[in-house]
Amino acid sequence: MSISESEEKNDRMQRLTAVRPRLVSFARLQLRDPAQAEDAVQEALAAAIEKDDTFSGRSGYETWVFGILKYKILDALRAQRRNGRWQPLENELDEEAIDRLFQQNGRWQEDARPSSWGDPEAAFLNERFWQVFDTCMIALPDNIARVFSLRELMGLSTEDICKETGIKENNCWVILHRARLRLRACIERGWLSEEK
Amino acid sequence: MMFKMMMCKEATRLMSKRLDAPLSFQEKLSLKLHLAMCDACTECNKQFALLHEVGPRFEMLVSEIPDEGGSSRQE
Repeated sequence: MSISESEEKNDRMQRLTAVRPRLVSFARLQLRDPAQAEDAVQEALAAAIEKDDTFSGRSGYETWVFGILKYKILDALRAQRRNGRWQPLENELDEEAIDRLFQQNGRWQEDARPSSWGDPEAAFLNERFWQVFDTCMIALPDNIARVFSLRELMGLSTEDICKETGIKENNCWVILHRARLRLRACIERGWLSEEK
Repeated sequence: MMFKMMMCKEATRLMSKRLDAPLSFQEKLSLKLHLAMCDACTECNKQFALLHEVGPRFEMLVSEIPDEGGSSRQE
């Protein structure tokens, strides 16, 4: 190995250390178990080091590692499912939590009407937005949060989510609708109250 | 008779579904009509769209890690 190659390798090791906390927070959102999240990140980092030769080019290194982590998270989720750690999804299919947001005639309840969050770009750049998002994700029931994060954090199609979770696509849409309504209500409470 | 106006609850169902699957022509039209007249649902629609972006945004945060130990988001 030449000197410049070994310097590059050193640099990548430092970048792994730097990116680790964010990988852990991502894995926690999906796995909802701090120990399992740590394990998944550890495995991803080990794989990244082991497969270092297969990474070509400096740009996009973190993205490459992130991709490895996603596979490790999926493995961990499959293990959770095999080990019977998931509650039956049917429990989440009642309408009650959603019905509270709307009047009998289908209009928003006065206290549930969505307000403007301002510029979305500003939200994404604001540390508090991510803290509120994190808190609201934790507040969601496991089953709903799992489907939501498979869709919106891991980027799986609803068809793939059906395979991973064993639910029908129609139920998947119902759960995602519910998750989005609950999350947006929770984020609005946290986000707007702190902004003003 | 005109068709029955879609209500907010159903509108939120469609604005969620459109992020996961294509809507039918009829669904698209009803949603569009409802959004044109309902400010609360228009906000909700923007918020669902924002939530649909959190994955890519999180990934951007990961790839834009600062040089000094990546501590900027922790503090």
